[in-house]
Amino acid sequence: MSLFFLRRLIQLIPTLAFILVVVFVLVRLLPGDPTSAILGDRALDADVARINHDLGLDRSIPVQFVLFLKAVATGNLGNSITLKLPVTTLIAQRLPVTVMLTVMAALMSLVMAVPLAFVAALRRDELADSAIRGTFQVGLSMPVFYLGLILLTVFGARLGWFPVGGYGDSFGEHIYHLFLPAFTLALSLAAILMRNLRAAIIGVVGAEYVVFARSKGIMPGVILMRHVLRSALISTVSLFGLSVGTLLGGAVITETVFAIPGAGRLMIDSIYGRDYPVVQGMTMALAVVVSLTFFLTDVVEAWLDPRVAR
Amino acid sequence: MTPALQVRHLSTTFGHHGTPVTAVDDISFDVMPGEVLGLVGESGSGKSVTLRSIMRLMPHHSAVTGSVLWQGCDLMTMTEAELRRVRGGEISMIFQEPGTALNPVLPVRVQIEENLRAHTELSAAGRAARCLELMDLVGIPDAKRRLTQYPHQFSGGMRQRVMIAIALASNPKLLLADEPTTALDVTIQDQILKLILDLRDELAMSVVFVTHDLGVVAATCDRMAVMYAGRIVESGPVPAVFAQPNHAYTRGLLGSVPRSGTERSPLLSIEGTPPGLTSRPAGCAFHPRCAFATDLCRRESPALQDRAAGQAAACFHSDRVIAAGLAGS
Repeated sequence: MSLFFLRRLIQLIPTLAFILVVVFVLVRLLPGDPTSAILGDRALDADVARINHDLGLDRSIPVQFVLFLKAVATGNLGNSITLKLPVTTLIAQRLPVTVMLTVMAALMSLVMAVPLAFVAALRRDELADSAIRGTFQVGLSMPVFYLGLILLTVFGARLGWFPVGGYGDSFGEHIYHLFLPAFTLALSLAAILMRNLRAAIIGVVGAEYVVFARSKGIMPGVILMRHVLRSALISTVSLFGLSVGTLLGGAVITETVFAIPGAGRLMIDSIYGRDYPVVQGMTMALAVVVSLTFFLTDVVEAWLDPRVAR
Repeated sequence: MTPALQVRHLSTTFGHHGTPVTAVDDISFDVMPGEVLGLVGESGSGKSVTLRSIMRLMPHHSAVTGSVLWQGCDLMTMTEAELRRVRGGEISMIFQEPGTALNPVLPVRVQIEENLRAHTELSAAGRAARCLELMDLVGIPDAKRRLTQYPHQFSGGMRQRVMIAIALASNPKLLLADEPTTALDVTIQDQILKLILDLRDELAMSVVFVTHDLGVVAATCDRMAVMYAGRIVESGPVPAVFAQPNHAYTRGLLGSVPRSGTERSPLLSIEGTPPGLTSRPAGCAFHPRCAFATDLCRRESPALQDRAAGQAAACFHSDRVIAAGLAGS
């Protein structure tokens, strides 16, 4: 197990290297160029040349790549063109907000999905099952921004239970401010997880080893938790890991609807503003977050299923 | 001597798109204390369903009727709590495929221990000691290390030993063995059979042995019951049935096994295949494949009737079957 952990950790290195290459190439493939974004359309050739030189864009691509690597290694991701701040500062400000939003959403979706999947699977094709699946189907079919707006109107503006925007100042306030947006995000993921887990539980409940466990005369609760849930969770955990990327994408929209100063909003603003250093830095940061999530998913999966950790 | 287990009029049906399908059809048998009963038949004859019905392990969409008396109590009418005490504690089961019947994500120790936890008052230390003892009992070397391993780290034979260790954990009085050696190599098969018989002697338990292998029956069982299409068609002491089958199906089964040491004779074989659950013929279910069948067989279903030498058979033409003997037809 610890060997598997170490091996999987080492595998992160090439992944991260690949992310660096992709980010470098991607930014240079974007339409438009930073210089004209900074200077506007009517810039003088001399100014363009000066800015190009300052940004290092007059060098050859391989040289630019080496300079890029050097900068990343020293923790210098450049400065934002529009906000005039170091990109690292921006990431440090904004990324934790998005990560917290995503983590809250992920936890909420699990809290909703796991018990309901159990009820649905064990009351298969009965009223409870249909009701749970039907409700989630609606949640799943509703676009995140629309659902967000409804929740915002009802629970934020009308009832006044939750703030309609912002992030707050303390940890407690963060949670309070992020509750509605996280719930919005969680609902669609919960629907997917619930369906997946329900199917997995139905499959496992009929498995020979569950029948054998019943033949031992052990308590039904033990059978459900130890024999059914654990095996059923394996596929759901990998789905969950893969969904975190989607969740981050969803966070971009949610942050816009709920006016949360997170990485998603920053990303959108930077893309519109042709703020290349920020786009580059944020893409990298988000990619690292996703890679780490996959790593964690693998570790959890190996813990659930010892056959994986060989 | 009173039987340890009395099965009476046990029937199991599945809801099959509205029309129920009968997998086990009104069967009755006894198991004496310390006896090994072989339940024999082809695939789909209802052997495994019988075992699982006795333990009430059938899925929800099936219905089981009849009674199963275990030490005077009917397993069919017990509450779930009472049934849990019997399951794994007094009656244990081993399954055909140790590869699928052991939980792949739990170490072997956990899977043995949960039986002990359910049926004994042993402390944690006591359970640990009992786990080691059981591993020794079923002949798994290096028990201490092996207990921490997962089923996929064991060979097929060793996995079956693990399953036997689990089944025997709380000293059951009856072992229901569902084709425990079918998935194993012949040499391993012998070891496992010998192990079960040794343990039967040591622990004075009864065994119901489900198998389609007549060699296994001859080597291990005291009495046998032959199943065909969900019914028992013949039963009796193993030597008597092997010497003189009373039912045409039993005769066909025995005749299709090559024997050494005798003069070479053509093998009997049973033409056709057993009927599916949804297409059981009227009358005796075996009549389409039977050389002795008459109009009576096509119309009426014969009841299981006692014969000589402790045998019983459900056949209208036992006399002709006996007269034909086991020589080639």
